[in-house]
Amino acid sequence: MVTIRLESLGARYGRKLLLEGVATPKFQGGDVVAVIGPNAAGKSTLFKRVAGLLPGPGIVHVEGNRKGRDSICYMPQDTSANAVLTVYESVLLARKQGAGWSVDEEDLARIDEALTALGISDIAFRNIGELSGGQRQLASLAQTLVREPEILLMDEPTSALDLSRQVEVLGLMRNLARARGMVVLIALHDLNHALRFCDQAIVVAGGRLVACGPAPDIITPALLREIYHVEARIETCSHGLGHIIVDGVAAQSRTFAWHVAESEIGKPDRQRSEGAAMTVQAS
Amino acid sequence: MASERAITATVETAGGRGRYRALVWRRQLILAGLGAALLFSLCVDLALGPARYGLGEVVRALLTPDAVPQQVRVVLWEIRMPVALMAVVVGAALSVAGAQMQTILNNPLASPFTLGISAAASFGAALALAFGVALIPAAIAYVVPVNAFVMAMLAALLIHLLSVKRGVTVETIVLLGIALVFTFNALLALVQFFASAEALAAVVFWTMGSLTKATWPKLAVTTFVLAAVLPVFARRAWALTALRLGEDKAASFGIKVARLRMETLMLVSLLAAIPVAFVGTIGFIGLVGPHIARMIIGEDQRFFLPASALSGALILSASSVASKSLVPGTVFPIGIVTSLIGIPFFISLILSGTRRSW
Repeated sequence: MVTIRLESLGARYGRKLLLEGVATPKFQGGDVVAVIGPNAAGKSTLFKRVAGLLPGPGIVHVEGNRKGRDSICYMPQDTSANAVLTVYESVLLARKQGAGWSVDEEDLARIDEALTALGISDIAFRNIGELSGGQRQLASLAQTLVREPEILLMDEPTSALDLSRQVEVLGLMRNLARARGMVVLIALHDLNHALRFCDQAIVVAGGRLVACGPAPDIITPALLREIYHVEARIETCSHGLGHIIVDGVAAQSRTFAWHVAESEIGKPDRQRSEGAAMTVQAS
Repeated sequence: MASERAITATVETAGGRGRYRALVWRRQLILAGLGAALLFSLCVDLALGPARYGLGEVVRALLTPDAVPQQVRVVLWEIRMPVALMAVVVGAALSVAGAQMQTILNNPLASPFTLGISAAASFGAALALAFGVALIPAAIAYVVPVNAFVMAMLAALLIHLLSVKRGVTVETIVLLGIALVFTFNALLALVQFFASAEALAAVVFWTMGSLTKATWPKLAVTTFVLAAVLPVFARRAWALTALRLGEDKAASFGIKVARLRMETLMLVSLLAAIPVAFVGTIGFIGLVGPHIARMIIGEDQRFFLPASALSGALILSASSVASKSLVPGTVFPIGIVTSLIGIPFFISLILSGTRRSW
């Protein structure tokens, strides 16, 4: 079974060190790991470093893999493309990855399977430049799945999807991780998704790893206050899963500052909205 | 859950596979059609001139040269053939160069013109024509094309050197190319300002681009470069296609993006510089050939690459026909014809096209 462990991992852009000292326990096939942290924390940088796209100190220990360098697959966050290529061709491109010109039945069967699993067979022959953001993200997912990776790094794979698609895709990834013995690391901003679909969580902030462990143990009100600067509680839903309720922004946080005229402050709408509890998107 | 159902469901596979096979078949037919059109255009190009021949006679002269009168054989094989074939090879080379420039720079306006390669070549040629300056003194017999080639490669080298600097984006390269265009155009104007009246006429004629400069040795060199570069691009067809999905995505497929871009840029410079050196500046092909190919066949480089070559060759060959047909007895410089006839055709194609081409 494939395993991955990071040891003192760092990443550089030129001379600038953007990530340092990231060390994790060993994750093994079937594990789904949430990589969480605020914007610009270093999540994408970590993925690129693990995928070998950025230089830096440290070691990525991969054991038990069958496909050599191709065992790690990185799905980037940016899915924008204006190429005159159909979805089907773009997935075929991912499948071939620079191999010869010939396309065999096995390649086409895997593509059909991925498109069907993601429910995008109907857009298979539309150009990717004409798709909506969500459709592009699903096409990008199909490109990732046909590569049949053993270790999958997904950078915010559901950020453009509607709620039902988010749940379906994350459920699919969890099932595929179990069925194929794949390690899946997913960068997520929706922490309820992390609690629901991920076994483990690693928290990145300021280019460093600040916490790592089972998701329910890591995603706590204390962590939310420390990392995200929000006051929140975690309640158990009817399925026995943790669910985050955000009560407000912590007093010492960096909030959005917007000049509001004094005459505006007393208005009823504003009074109602102040201190009102916000529920993080339910899943 | 839907996802669990999806993973265990019996997958309906025939639809996608069948449609893809049909798509590939259609594209092969389009390529065959382009090839046939090119062959027809080549025959018409050979038939036209001061002495006009029937298409049947041209085909007979091509297939069985001994079966036609010697005069026809000499005119077709020795006078018209190098020019007609030069149109095909130069058109293909410029179009492929433009196609790969647009691919690696992710910019629909990229072409040998945009990056200043053609402008540099014009300046190099003008130096030779106006002042007899030989940038490589040993090659005095071919001073004009050698000067043009050296300047074109210098422009390309400058772009290479600046583009390897850290933090330089593809947008910067395109802007740099535009700056080079203006710089070399200003230098060309300066040469023209100081040139004698005869030299000025020669420079102006050269910059219009003309296939009548074609000879068998020039054709052989251009064909050799095209034949050497095309297989390299063909081998990298998947990687070049992947580049159009974005840098991050291409890198995630294991492609060394910076290296691929750099090597392609160098090959493209060579591919653009050689024809420009031999026949002058023909700007329209490198921009439009790839766009037409993209519109009719998409950007899978396994098809896009031959389609670009064929469409560029076809446009220039057809322009060669038009340059002889517009005013009987007069052969217009090909650069003028491609613009006058090609651009309205291109605009109508863009406006009537139902498929988004960029």
